[in-house]
Amino acid sequence: MSLVYALVGAGIVACALFMILSRNLVRMLLGFSMLATGANLLLFLAGGPVTDQPPIIAEDASTLAASADPVVQALILTAIVIGFALTVVIGVLVLRAWKARKTIDAREINDAEALGQPRRNDPADG
Amino acid sequence: MPRHSASREGTTLRMADTLLLVSPVLVAFLGSAIAILLRVRPSAARLTGLTTNVLLAACSLALLVRVGPGTSRVPHTVFGGWPRGFGISFAASLPGVLLVAVTALVSCAAAIYAIEDIGPRRRRAGYDALMLALIGAVNGAFLTTDLFNLYVWFELALLAALGLLTLDRRAAQIDGAIRYVAFATLAATFILLGIGMIYGLVGNLDLAMARSAISRMQPAFGLAIAAALLLGGFALKSGLAPFHLWLPASYHTAPVTGTATFAGLLTKMGFYALMLVLVGLLNVTGPASAARHLMLLVPWIAGATMILCAIGALGQTDMRRILSYQVIAQVGYMATGLALGTIQGVAGAVFYMVHTIIVQANLFFGAGLIHRASGSWDLTRAGGMRTNPVFTMLFAVPMLSLAGIPPLSGFWAKLIVLRESLEAGYIWLAVAGLVAGLMTIVSMAIFWSEACWKDSKRPVRPVPRSGLLAMALLSTATGAIGLAPHWLWQMAQASALALAGGLQ
Repeated sequence: MSLVYALVGAGIVACALFMILSRNLVRMLLGFSMLATGANLLLFLAGGPVTDQPPIIAEDASTLAASADPVVQALILTAIVIGFALTVVIGVLVLRAWKARKTIDAREINDAEALGQPRRNDPADG
Repeated sequence: MPRHSASREGTTLRMADTLLLVSPVLVAFLGSAIAILLRVRPSAARLTGLTTNVLLAACSLALLVRVGPGTSRVPHTVFGGWPRGFGISFAASLPGVLLVAVTALVSCAAAIYAIEDIGPRRRRAGYDALMLALIGAVNGAFLTTDLFNLYVWFELALLAALGLLTLDRRAAQIDGAIRYVAFATLAATFILLGIGMIYGLVGNLDLAMARSAISRMQPAFGLAIAAALLLGGFALKSGLAPFHLWLPASYHTAPVTGTATFAGLLTKMGFYALMLVLVGLLNVTGPASAARHLMLLVPWIAGATMILCAIGALGQTDMRRILSYQVIAQVGYMATGLALGTIQGVAGAVFYMVHTIIVQANLFFGAGLIHRASGSWDLTRAGGMRTNPVFTMLFAVPMLSLAGIPPLSGFWAKLIVLRESLEAGYIWLAVAGLVAGLMTIVSMAIFWSEACWKDSKRPVRPVPRSGLLAMALLSTATGAIGLAPHWLWQMAQASALALAGGLQ
């Protein structure tokens, strides 16, 4: 079962990396969203999912029986929140880029590179 | 009765220690919250920023004095009162508190520079709140001993930095931010995956607990993958080759105080985390480290970073891009110290880090003032700064220090790193450092003669006084390190020992 989880996680991460390499910025955005999902699945796997019991000590017991790892769930919850926040921020950036240049092709969004291009000494500059 | 009161006194003392320990984070975020409420009134926001920075400096200094190299017990707290290993913990250990104090210095200087440089429009857009949030996140990363918490601080710092980068909403800033966020998010996900794998292997996220569990473990395939993911993620964050190109493609678009703070702090935060993982967690300075195969890569990364980025700086004429390349070239020197795998080498890296945080921020302030005076960021259009002797004197300090001219801090930093590489038998790495150092001298000489010696056809405008004051603060610190390097070297050595002991 863990092997299936691991392969699915690896597959999602691989697809996400492929999409991030795209020139289309929206595809890159979706890639990042997917990458976060893949990472979360692998985090879940790191907790060793052997049982679906909640981590609550039973009424008649004094120690915790086999149960799901609560730390991993806390980590994933945090990671989901952070991943969502970042996806939204990337989305806003892509939207602004589209508004400024009317394109989502990464090759045509080149203002930062153009801003600091090396230039030759021009006698007119003094 | 006396026993009772003594224990109560002890509790109060512990309480005070804990408050002092979290204050660099708490004060920054409180200030950020107040600044965001006051941002409709730019002057009130500015005052909040300045006051918070003064408070932060006081707290950070108190923490540094409290810890010092002489104390045996490190203030330590686990949030929520959990036993160690079950909750998120903070520890005021040495490289962290030293870096928090340096962060406070740079952040104070940036706030002073911003008095006249950042106008009401940018303050209404939330400049003060973002800056304080960034500082709070950086301080959090320097103080935490929980691996997942470290990742969270990185993401918070990234979000604040993105806000600062796109403050003016220009097309170039949006473009720079897209480049930055793409690389940084990728790095953060690698870090998250690496941390997840470490948790899966040892079942703990507390640095000291995970470290002792790893040292008892047989070398495992999963551990090697986790170490590689963490190395890749933090190398991306600190701008090491071959992942360095995002930095000069994005940093130059931010407002100059923002760029100075990024240049000073963000790459160093990545490098600190790299040291924490490699030295603190995987114990590469020890005899049988889990990451010893990975460490074969690090000298090459360090050498390539120094040489490539020093060459890159020579090819640019935009002041901000020259300095951006210099930022990562300096990270290469720090990586050299780390690559040696010796305690002394790590101490050299810590020394270099403190020196370069102060110098890089100062250089960007200087570039900002040259831009104010000449109206251009491009060196070919700048000139005539020699007519302002106060500025030239203040600017010469970080320039000469970056070039490694004695008696300034850069000379000692380079000397220590090169000496340790020779002692560890990495002669080629020391040669690479010398070649990169020579190129840095050439780059700084070109910078200086273009900006200061060359005549300017346009009249040179006066520079704001607050900018000069900020530069004076940092130049004094650089000079002080240069004249009394012994104190910092002791701190750096204690830091390296603390890192190698897992920050306990």
